[in-house]
Amino acid sequence: MAGATRTPTNLTQGGKTDAGIGASTLRPDGTLKVTGEFAYSSDMWHEDMLWGFTLRSTVAHAEIVSIDTSEALAQSGVYAVLTYDDLPTDVKNYGLEIQDTPVLAHGKVRHHGEPVALVAADHPETARRAAAKIKIEYKELPVITDEASALAEDAILVHEGRDDHHSGHVPHPNIVHRQPIIRGNADEAAKKADVIVSGEYVFGMQDQAFLGPESGLAVPGEDGGVDLYVATQWLHSDLKQIAPVLGLPEEKVRMTLSGVGGAFGGREDISMQIHASLLALRTGKPVKIVYNRFESFFGHVHRHPAKLWYEHGATKDGKLTHLKCRIVLDGGAYASASPAVVGNASSLSVGPYVVDDVEIEAIALYSNNPPCGAMRGFGAVQACFAYEAQMDKLAKKLGMDPVEFRQLNAMEQGTIMPTGQPVDSPAPVAELLRRIKAMPLPPEQQWLAAGEGADVRALPGGLSNTTHGEGVVRGIGYAVGIKNVGFSEGFDDYSTARVRMEVVGGEAVATVHTAMAEVGQGGVTVHAQIARTELGVEQVTIHPADTQVGSAGSTSASRQTYMTGGAVKNTCENVREKVLDIGRRKFGTYHPAWATAELLLEGGKVVTDAGEVLADLADVLEGEAVDLELEFRHRPTEAFDLKTGQGFGHVQYSFAAHRAVVEVDTELGLVKVIELAVAQDVGKALNPLSVVGQIQGGTTQGLGVAVMEEIIVDPKTAKVRNPSFTDYLIPTILDTPTIPVDVLELADEHAPYGLRGIGEAPTLSSTPAVLAAIRNATGLELNKTPVRPEHLTGT
Amino acid sequence: MDFLRPASWEEALAAKAELPTAVPIAGGTDVMVEINFDHRRPEYLLDLNRIADLSEWEVGEKTVRLGASVPYTRIMENLRAELPGLALASHTVASPQIRNRGGVGGNLGCASPAGDAHPALLASGCEVEVESAARGVRMIPIDEFYLGVKRNALEPDELIRSVHLPKADGPQQFSKVGTRNAMVIAVCAFGIALHPETRTVRTGIGSAAPTPVRAKEAEVFLAAALEEGGFWDSGAPIPPSVAKQFAQLASGACNPIDDVRGSAKYRRHAVGIMARRTLGWTWESYRGNERSAQCA
Amino acid sequence: MRVTFTVNGRKQEADDVWEGESLLYVLRERMGLPGSKNACEQGECGSCTVRLDGVPVCSCLVAAGQVEGREVVTVEGLADFAKQRAEKGGCASGACGTSLQDAQQWQSKPSDSELRSRAADSQTGENTDLSPIQQAFIDAGAVQCGFCTPGLLVAADELLERNDSPSDADIREALSGNLCRCTGYEKILDAVRLAAARGENRTAGQGA
Repeated sequence: MAGATRTPTNLTQGGKTDAGIGASTLRPDGTLKVTGEFAYSSDMWHEDMLWGFTLRSTVAHAEIVSIDTSEALAQSGVYAVLTYDDLPTDVKNYGLEIQDTPVLAHGKVRHHGEPVALVAADHPETARRAAAKIKIEYKELPVITDEASALAEDAILVHEGRDDHHSGHVPHPNIVHRQPIIRGNADEAAKKADVIVSGEYVFGMQDQAFLGPESGLAVPGEDGGVDLYVATQWLHSDLKQIAPVLGLPEEKVRMTLSGVGGAFGGREDISMQIHASLLALRTGKPVKIVYNRFESFFGHVHRHPAKLWYEHGATKDGKLTHLKCRIVLDGGAYASASPAVVGNASSLSVGPYVVDDVEIEAIALYSNNPPCGAMRGFGAVQACFAYEAQMDKLAKKLGMDPVEFRQLNAMEQGTIMPTGQPVDSPAPVAELLRRIKAMPLPPEQQWLAAGEGADVRALPGGLSNTTHGEGVVRGIGYAVGIKNVGFSEGFDDYSTARVRMEVVGGEAVATVHTAMAEVGQGGVTVHAQIARTELGVEQVTIHPADTQVGSAGSTSASRQTYMTGGAVKNTCENVREKVLDIGRRKFGTYHPAWATAELLLEGGKVVTDAGEVLADLADVLEGEAVDLELEFRHRPTEAFDLKTGQGFGHVQYSFAAHRAVVEVDTELGLVKVIELAVAQDVGKALNPLSVVGQIQGGTTQGLGVAVMEEIIVDPKTAKVRNPSFTDYLIPTILDTPTIPVDVLELADEHAPYGLRGIGEAPTLSSTPAVLAAIRNATGLELNKTPVRPEHLTGT
Repeated sequence: MDFLRPASWEEALAAKAELPTAVPIAGGTDVMVEINFDHRRPEYLLDLNRIADLSEWEVGEKTVRLGASVPYTRIMENLRAELPGLALASHTVASPQIRNRGGVGGNLGCASPAGDAHPALLASGCEVEVESAARGVRMIPIDEFYLGVKRNALEPDELIRSVHLPKADGPQQFSKVGTRNAMVIAVCAFGIALHPETRTVRTGIGSAAPTPVRAKEAEVFLAAALEEGGFWDSGAPIPPSVAKQFAQLASGACNPIDDVRGSAKYRRHAVGIMARRTLGWTWESYRGNERSAQCA
Repeated sequence: MRVTFTVNGRKQEADDVWEGESLLYVLRERMGLPGSKNACEQGECGSCTVRLDGVPVCSCLVAAGQVEGREVVTVEGLADFAKQRAEKGGCASGACGTSLQDAQQWQSKPSDSELRSRAADSQTGENTDLSPIQQAFIDAGAVQCGFCTPGLLVAADELLERNDSPSDADIREALSGNLCRCTGYEKILDAVRLAAARGENRTAGQGA
């Protein structure tokens, strides 16, 4: 990008060649990140750039009677004001799976905070003041906020005239997608049950709350195209949605990933990408858009809030007989990832247990609530909250230990999922539970440890000084969960890696180029490790992710180490063969081993499997570079049958178990989580340090939604009531306990290096474990998360 | 917008007299949020950071004169003995970074019922020193300072210079409920100060009524119960029935609302619990059993 | 308006500053110092933490005009600030100039040893000039997306300046104004413990 002063750079990292897979190699971007030099999307800067601003609807559901932008346009310093009428082509909508989301509202707004107009100006304040002068007249419509209002006789359709691929099979146009799963005969099996428990569970709307708000820079190109520097989870998916709306061929929309300040699903959908591009193309100037925290709450989808009805039966010796459940997810005004969330919620609704007879239904609604879509755990989180509460209820009713009850019903390799799919790799559910139960418990009353009165920092309420031990009761709870890895249901899920090997400065080095979005998870670290392992080099350069290379798929579904890691491995293996071919051509006549032995690249040399050095890589590659770009796919999956839910739907499963120890101030209803112990099977830890970091981070997000995190939507107006970090609370370091992690490595033979996707599983079981511990401390039923002080005090 | 940078208190008063709509900014922890989030566009910002006097305090024989901009961190670190209730409250304010910038002047100027300093100020029985160029200094008793939701007794041309707080003559406590263990706005809060010299008790309640309020009935009840039972002299434990009644009266002094931070019913309940506990802590302390929080 | 103040030891001047701009905006958009991060702009996350006359503050809540004539240290100047402190027992004003280019191409020598043994191993980041707390954040795995990192570094560095052997509770209290969404804080605690264990004198100024 000519003229820009701040853009993403190569990450070059040297290192011993034993800093390959399995080592806790440090991040190649670590230094840039600790010095403040790492270029995040909000740091993009161009000399003559303008600032874009998005005017959003102040009501949730309304007809737009008129928009008057004349006064805004007349402001000095304003370069453009755009509305729906200014969109350049016939394509006005975008969307991940269903293109139902207007770039700018047309005739109607369907949720609070929907983008209506755009302003570009020479200063953010100029843009804000101009936007305030845009006059919009709304005629408010009744709001749809739950299942009853969505499916009522006279319900307004959130989207008229649907013709998407789900519209034909859903029972009502305000249902985005419905997935039943029927296997065996739940009614018959229920007759064998000695105990039956049921419950209605409510899961609140969680926000990803990544720390780096949506932002980026669009620079108009001389060819009429645009260069876009953004933070996203999937460059190529963005590209497919952006280019048609701009009326540009994909090659004229050149996307580069800039630094991403966390994602957790919240960057799966488009936010400011199209808006900045439209303004840049209209004004002919670079345009930067940066959301503040308030706007960020409206700028991305959230985790689906859910209502779940569960009925389980068990025999008196503790064997599960059947499951009936119904899961209603609120997808909000636009589809986003709702269909896939429905697929996950239904297919994983049984949890990691053996239940042969099931009757399951999951739906996602269209409503006027904020749009919901991807967030870490994706449908499996809500289900886990419900089935784990059920397990505790069953164990209690049977008088059994909750861990033993779970172990008795735990799935294992060979178990058939309710979808009919066999679990064909290790599923150490009982073992994970055994391990967390065996961990030593944290000492009691740690607030007295310092010896001079109570240390409030170790008590519920923390610094707020609410108790010195009064009313505090300890509780312990367990939970375990199952998450799918990778894109499911027949999706053509692939990734691409380009690897170049050449001699630079007398040394053989590798460059890895993928479009993988590094959102903090450490993919760039792992790619360099894989290249070292496969190519025997020390120095590896990670090229910035962009659309000049094939798609990497999304940084979601715990899939990137498997998929783009797999792609890097696959390309490296092919590069290695090419390198060996060159070696054979150049040096084959000097040593018979070139033709006969198994050859490896190690320590910058070609060696035989017996360890004999045949050549320096630098000599082999002298004057020749090897450069390959290849795609990598996981094994194919199938769609779930729309009536029975049967099908080989998932690629791989991932399991984690938690033990939560909490202390509850039972009088004030305040909770301090003392410890969250985790055991997780990761297949193969490519980078143990990163693995533990992912598990601890995922665990903490689960803790957040257990005790504090919820976007509160007014049921009368469908307006968001707490779009700020003052009132949407995420855990601080004083809310977060010690998180001991026990990592198992049981290889999955289908996956590269036997690895298992790890990012999401720890978010699942963390929440129900904390809830179980609070129930254990208080004796309350607690069917809703997050738990509020009101729930614990009956107020 | 204009940015005014008075170099002295007199200049600040003159500016405020000339431009009564000027918004004073010291720690910036409220004003800048409103500006960043486009909630407010004052015509003039009146920066008080350059007036060194506002960040100073004097410990006198009977009172502490606390400059309006003395950061909460300084209060926590330096005035724990003289102003224990306010020091405890200061420790619960937002985050370390905010405590490094904010002072009681901001809480008083905003007069949000959720300001953490209010219950401690009410319980201490302080006076607020305000001044205008035209009429000079005026001392406003804290009981007369809060007029309504985010409304206080300041005239448009006045600025808050300091707070005069009686030095503690007995134990004081402060407790606040938030739904996070740090960096949280109060759902509700309670402050209590025992005044053995006058054999009285004062209280303050935050976030449980349109303004910060005292639980006056509870104070009167407790003072009478302590007096009648000879507790000030005997130092005997307070009977649970007295503590219970005190807590109920404190709850009764609330007039809360339901909002995203908590329900009205919970606020009443929690104020009662905090009243009972903080009474227990202060009374234990009065009896000589040092059981206060280590990091209080 | 015009605002003049000292940033990382260098006198800086910004013109045409809108009166409602924060120190954070001026640093990021006018002075080419985007290290301090704009995560919430309401004092509820600590990502924009800088030292203002030595005191950690949220730069999003400091009006640009309030900084006139004062001294600011940002994450970009942290390495030099720590170096000066180690050499002189405190950062002398006026001479803490920072070189932003130095740290760009760091070559790591990955360590396969456990965290605790890393405490004695100062080979990581040999060619860079990092403060002890910066190096510890890298070594302990305390950086994931990194958006909270600059603010945490400034806050943690100030904690260790006040208290060279903080308890876990002390660390938690000092960092309770800095949100992190990626790590669950465990490795951040590790990093502060590691920096404290290494101690400033052993490592500062030695590029590790």
